[in-house]
Amino acid sequence: MNAILIAAIVLAAVGIVVGIGLVFIGTKFHVDVDPRETAVREVLPGNNCGACGYAGCDAVASAIVVGDAPASACPVGGAAVTDKINEIMGTHAEAAARRVASIRCNGTCEHTSTKNNYVGIRDCRAVALSALYPRDCDYGCLGLGSCAAACPHGAISIQDGIAVVDQEVCIGCGICVKECPKQLIELVPYGQKTVVRCSNKDKGKDVKMVCEVGCIGCRLCTKQCESGAITVTDNLAHIDYTLCEDCGKCAEKCPQKTISLL
Amino acid sequence: MSTLIMIIVGCALINNVVLNQFLGICSFVGVSKQMKASASLGVAVIFVLTVASAVASLLYDYVLKPFDLDYMKTIVFILVIAALVQIVEMFLKKTSPGLYKALGIYLPLITTNCAVLGVALTNVKNEYNFIESVFAGLGTAIGYTIAIVLLAGIRARIDESAIPRPLRGAPVVLLAAALMSIAFMGFGGLS
Repeated sequence: MNAILIAAIVLAAVGIVVGIGLVFIGTKFHVDVDPRETAVREVLPGNNCGACGYAGCDAVASAIVVGDAPASACPVGGAAVTDKINEIMGTHAEAAARRVASIRCNGTCEHTSTKNNYVGIRDCRAVALSALYPRDCDYGCLGLGSCAAACPHGAISIQDGIAVVDQEVCIGCGICVKECPKQLIELVPYGQKTVVRCSNKDKGKDVKMVCEVGCIGCRLCTKQCESGAITVTDNLAHIDYTLCEDCGKCAEKCPQKTISLL
Repeated sequence: MSTLIMIIVGCALINNVVLNQFLGICSFVGVSKQMKASASLGVAVIFVLTVASAVASLLYDYVLKPFDLDYMKTIVFILVIAALVQIVEMFLKKTSPGLYKALGIYLPLITTNCAVLGVALTNVKNEYNFIESVFAGLGTAIGYTIAIVLLAGIRARIDESAIPRPLRGAPVVLLAAALMSIAFMGFGGLS
């Protein structure tokens, strides 16, 4: 009984001494922090994931207050957290818009033809280097799924010979963009319906020979677009997503249905 | 004097805390991705371990031993080390913001580094006095720093080489650590 009592008292005494010491040193070595930093830290998610590129929520909070990072620095918190930080900081930064991957090719098995039956390594990069290039179109999706294999969230699948992105699952990390040997993948705003689903830079006649839905560079879409978002370079239409209003008029007029609504 | 040198060499190389006693593996594998972070953590560990061994030794000699509370040492040491790291952090934040920034998240992480507690307990087991404890702590921390900086260097090389796919990431790091451990067994001949 006595031994337990002594143990408890000694441990309590050590604890109290340590506690008093901490309080004393805490007040003595107190460093004044900007009250806004504490407030910003409060509204951040606080799971220290590091997705913002800083060491943790404390680090990004101080960077926001100093002005090194925008109020929208936290990609996890999204618009809700950005609004609160804007309120604290008196800024008007907008949350980064969500972007998703989009494949610039619609050359499914029924739309295009193949010249070889490729039986080598099941990897797009290997095929792209191979002499036995299977598709007639030199620009299109190879459909072996290097992007799907690289996608950390399983958002890409191979359907009917081409890669298809599930916009709901895609987080826009851009890993697949680097992976595609044909540079077919671009990041588009989430919800964007009007996209050019072709990358063929050949002249219209050559495109028509290899694909039913390839861009022939006819420029009908540029005439339809009221906001001037579409340009045609190298016989291929490009949409500037900062200008595009996603009205879909170009898709209606496109004779090849290259520009199609997803 | 020669005893103290022997203690430092013994703790740093012969009984290396990571590669021979397998303490502090989590930060050893977790933080060794970058050379700079590894070196920062090494410096922080040297600082904290030396101070922690001194405080733990004093506490054991003048509080626990007189009351015959030998069996309480683990819990008391945990308490004291956690408080100590907090104090060191506050002290650095006020007096040397540069060093505080450089150590960053690694300073509070040391609280959960089992190497710190391990050294305090080993010192008691070896019946070191105050001076010997401080040098044992210093030696152990130097050994930890050597190990983590070496592994960081190896990992920098690993990143640039073609590793078979199943071994990429954690497996090849553990293999490298195992080979380092075997290499460090060679220092056993010194004792």
